[in-house]
Amino acid sequence: MITAEAGKTTQSKNELPRIVFIGQPNTGKSTFFNRVTNATAGVANWPGLTVDFMQAKVERDGKTIEFVDLPGIYDLDGFTEDEKVVQDFLENYSFDLIVCVVNASQIDRQILLPLQLKKLGIPSLVALNMADEVKRFGVKINTQKLSQFLEMPVFTISAKYGAGCSLAIDGIWKTVNDITDSYKVSELVSFCRENKITDEEIQESLDQGIEMPPENLVTFTNRMDAVLLHPIFGLPIFFLTMLALFLFIWNVGMPAQDPVGDFTDWLQATVLEPGLSFLPDIVKDFVINGPYTGFASLLGFVPLVAFFFVVMTALEDSGYLSRAAYLMDNIMRKAGLDGRGFVMQLFGFGCNVPAIMGTRTIRSRSQRLLSILVIPFALCSARLQVFVFFLGIILPSYLGAVALWLLYIISFVVAFVMAAIFNASGQFKSKDPFVIELPPYRTPTFKQVALNVWSEMRTFVQKLSIFMIIGTTITWFLTNYPGGSEGLNTYAGQIGTFFQPLMAPLGVNPLLTVSLIIGFVAKEVQLAAVATMYGLGEGSDALKTTLGGAINFQQGFSYCLFSLLYVPCLTTVATIWGETKSARFTLFSVAVSMIVAWVVAFGFYQSYNLIFTS
Amino acid sequence: MNLSDLAVHHSATVVGVSSDGSDLSNSFKDRLEAMGIRKGRTVQVMRKAPGGDPYEVRVGSTTEIAIRKSEAALVEIKDVSDLKKI
Repeated sequence: MITAEAGKTTQSKNELPRIVFIGQPNTGKSTFFNRVTNATAGVANWPGLTVDFMQAKVERDGKTIEFVDLPGIYDLDGFTEDEKVVQDFLENYSFDLIVCVVNASQIDRQILLPLQLKKLGIPSLVALNMADEVKRFGVKINTQKLSQFLEMPVFTISAKYGAGCSLAIDGIWKTVNDITDSYKVSELVSFCRENKITDEEIQESLDQGIEMPPENLVTFTNRMDAVLLHPIFGLPIFFLTMLALFLFIWNVGMPAQDPVGDFTDWLQATVLEPGLSFLPDIVKDFVINGPYTGFASLLGFVPLVAFFFVVMTALEDSGYLSRAAYLMDNIMRKAGLDGRGFVMQLFGFGCNVPAIMGTRTIRSRSQRLLSILVIPFALCSARLQVFVFFLGIILPSYLGAVALWLLYIISFVVAFVMAAIFNASGQFKSKDPFVIELPPYRTPTFKQVALNVWSEMRTFVQKLSIFMIIGTTITWFLTNYPGGSEGLNTYAGQIGTFFQPLMAPLGVNPLLTVSLIIGFVAKEVQLAAVATMYGLGEGSDALKTTLGGAINFQQGFSYCLFSLLYVPCLTTVATIWGETKSARFTLFSVAVSMIVAWVVAFGFYQSYNLIFTS
Repeated sequence: MNLSDLAVHHSATVVGVSSDGSDLSNSFKDRLEAMGIRKGRTVQVMRKAPGGDPYEVRVGSTTEIAIRKSEAALVEIKDVSDLKKI
């Protein structure tokens, strides 16, 4: 084929043969990738590419091969972020073989990618995955005929259960052994756009011994969906499911934070403090209350984040998350959000960090960023402590509960309104059509979930440690210097005083302003900071009495509003940065939350004073 | 007639996906084709979400997707048949 030669360019042979995995989303590509690489892959950074993906070097019979798992794509010449990443990779990094993973039960449409690879004329191998579903659906594929037609090896596998995998892996190693060149596809996009796969070409490939089941097939999934996606009962069932998951996380996941906190406290008391006793007090204090506190608070997040990840992975793998997007779309689109963003917003009420990480399931980058921007407005469990304490002081009666409920409502309304505003600005307009697959219900396997959670937690700690340590070091410095100073005389206190013209219109005094600055690190330390600033024991009755005398209702509630809406914690900021890989967006998100917090608290405090006191 | 006009439990044959030639429109067309919505293929409306939008549509026999009414309007169809009567 002469036209095919136009797309690719032959390169000098790679030192290490590189095998690239591509495939449509939901094909089990990454599961197969894990099998091929024995789950040894780690996140790799590729210069010039905006997304990181998994990479592994595997040795076998004295030969080493590099495997790369590219993001899921619908076709090679698409316009979405993920598709651009794949295009950039194939255009700029040379490779030896492409492994294309196909969901065989949907081969009637997924044949598109293998056909594009055939036209490009680059060495490829097709793995027909989901052998179990193929059997259940009654799809029949003559692999031999298909292989001849595509001019590439074809293997049938079940990546989830392992059937056929070792044969396919042998096939991959054998195929790459016989390839003498390495390739780049420098004209990938233009070539594919000029050589679109036609309806006739698809039909021709389906005539190669492929039989699809009848169109009126009724599956287990269809019977489930008749209930779960019911036009009337679907939404109530969805909300109940979310509530059940939430109670589960609340009752099992939240307490899981305590043992880690106990452990880091124990480590500090029995190892660090005695071990560092030879150092001058100021250095010891720095190590413990600076970097160590940062690392310990990050570690404290791990069980909760891991727990959320188990639930989210299971929810996604089961197929219900896509259905949530379908059920919620009508409401969420008014704010320009993906329906999956709603689930993540809900998770945000537990903890913002895993919720932000969970937005990865949203395929459109613009919609994902919009979700990331509004999740920090969700009233998380850490902020709850601050509110319970302050509302207990300013509204001791049942009105405290009403005010708390009001804060939850405000949290949701602000998130929705801000999303709608940013959506209207056109900045976050989705370039993706709203067309999402509703995959058949699948039982997530323990191994899949565990692998996912393990690799996520590893990168979570690796990526964010530095950020946390720097953050707490700065806070330590601000609250301890100039040497020997306390309260308002420290740098933090001076900053608090400096910002007074800005904070006084919100009814927030300098001492509380400092607690807000420290609360930037974590809401857990915000209350401790209030106690330190007033020079009284944390949670003590003396502190409550003093605060009760120092602030009135509107000042206290304004403080709560500000605490609700400004940056939730350093870990959240670090996560936003880790997920978006954009310092600009992270700063933007911080700025947005500060401005919103100020405007809302200002609006409340001033109008309350105007109406009720004169 | 377009896919957006198709009632629940009705199926039809796809005539084509329209595009005004812009990048955005082409990307919509590409995505719908990647989902299997191509000339000659069968589409079937399984149900509609609360509020009547989006639609749950079966493409061929094994692919099920959620598609908004506005995007379904880009899909031209013919030969509608009522599946309840078969």
